Amino acid sequence: MFEKGLTNPILAMLFVATDPLTLAELQEVYPKTPLEDLTNTLTELVSQFNSLQAAVEIREIGGGYRLTTRPEYHEDIRAYLQTKPSAKLSLAALETLAVIAYKQPVTISEIMDIRGVNSGSTIRTLLEKKLIQTRGRKKVVGRPIMYGTTKDFAIHFGLKDLSDLPTLEELEEVLSPAGE
Amino acid sequence: MASELTMEAGALASPQIQNQAYTVRLEIFEGPLDLLLHLIRQQEIDIYEIALAEIADQYLHYLEMMKDLNITVAGEFLVMAATLIHIKSRMLLPEEPNSEVEQEIEEFRKDLVQQLLDHEKFKQAAQMLYVRETVELSVWPRGENEFEEEERELVSATVFDLVSAFHQMVERYKESIVLEVAGESVTVQEKLEEIRRLLSVQESILFSFFFERGLSHLHLVVTFFALLELTRLHEVRLIQTAAFEDIRIQSCLKKD
Repeated sequence: MFEKGLTNPILAMLFVATDPLTLAELQEVYPKTPLEDLTNTLTELVSQFNSLQAAVEIREIGGGYRLTTRPEYHEDIRAYLQTKPSAKLSLAALETLAVIAYKQPVTISEIMDIRGVNSGSTIRTLLEKKLIQTRGRKKVVGRPIMYGTTKDFAIHFGLKDLSDLPTLEELEEVLSPAGE
Repeated sequence: MASELTMEAGALASPQIQNQAYTVRLEIFEGPLDLLLHLIRQQEIDIYEIALAEIADQYLHYLEMMKDLNITVAGEFLVMAATLIHIKSRMLLPEEPNSEVEQEIEEFRKDLVQQLLDHEKFKQAAQMLYVRETVELSVWPRGENEFEEEERELVSATVFDLVSAFHQMVERYKESIVLEVAGESVTVQEKLEEIRRLLSVQESILFSFFFERGLSHLHLVVTFFALLELTRLHEVRLIQTAAFEDIRIQSCLKKD
């Protein structure tokens, strides 16, 4: 069961929201509506709205929902905003992030074991970009700092949440050398 | 995804390159594991099947080539080179079957294979992230376009900025700091907690805030240490919009 009367107000909120709109926020707005109805309404809204194939779509990202333009219009939008394509992360940054995302919480030396390279400066850049954060210290000699990914990480890579990441085994099947 | 460097080889080419065209394309490897993987793929052999002696030769040959091209070889490459040479030298020793040496070599081989397999997995994960990022960068959310400009205005402050700001503040507030109560004690840990608490309720604190409250010297010094510690832990970010401006202390931690 979904609350038909709520689809439009929620869409309006999505329009205004700058951060992904979360279910928890909706619950605050509609404390009397059962959580299940809110979930259903949101799911219904997303599927209905996205089936319109409009220029914008609702995407589930970083633990919430947000309204974004569709990728096919990126050139037009860039021309309008007069921006160049944003700088992508370096290969080193992506590899380090991959290790952190799958192994978190993880220390620098553990990252180095997998990458075979010193990753200190990359870690610093990722911290500055707020893609990772410290996660306390590991209870071993030297008490090294551990790192994990942030909500911004999920948003940057268009992930609903961490569970949205394919498992390493799945990746192997999709990207195995045989398929290259 | 691997970046490639094209350079004129000319006179400094190694023998292998001399017969080829005048430009060499040399892939830049992130590290020794990357290079080893590349060498293995080039020969289209299974990672499980690698022959240590052969791969060691090729690895060393590649490093030699990098040296010839005046490319700085990072320390990690040399560590791996040393390990490979060591293993190769052990293999040259006359051996008895199942001897300690043979076991050691086999152990190393197994470790290396495992390391390469893990490394390859994470390279694939990185590739997946790259694809996702590409899609994400061609999508715009609502009204966040001023964000980038704001970022540009901010200059990350260094520890030295913090030190000089501290000095400035002490000078400026010299007169107002009068209260020195004997026996007062405050620990860095307490200050650390105080700053954390402040940052959990507000997005940022101005550095001058701590000085405007007429705290004692001890408090200020301890606050300063606490800030350095928080910076080191990457819990806070120090931001300065221009040189000599007040430093803003911003939390790096995500609030859930």
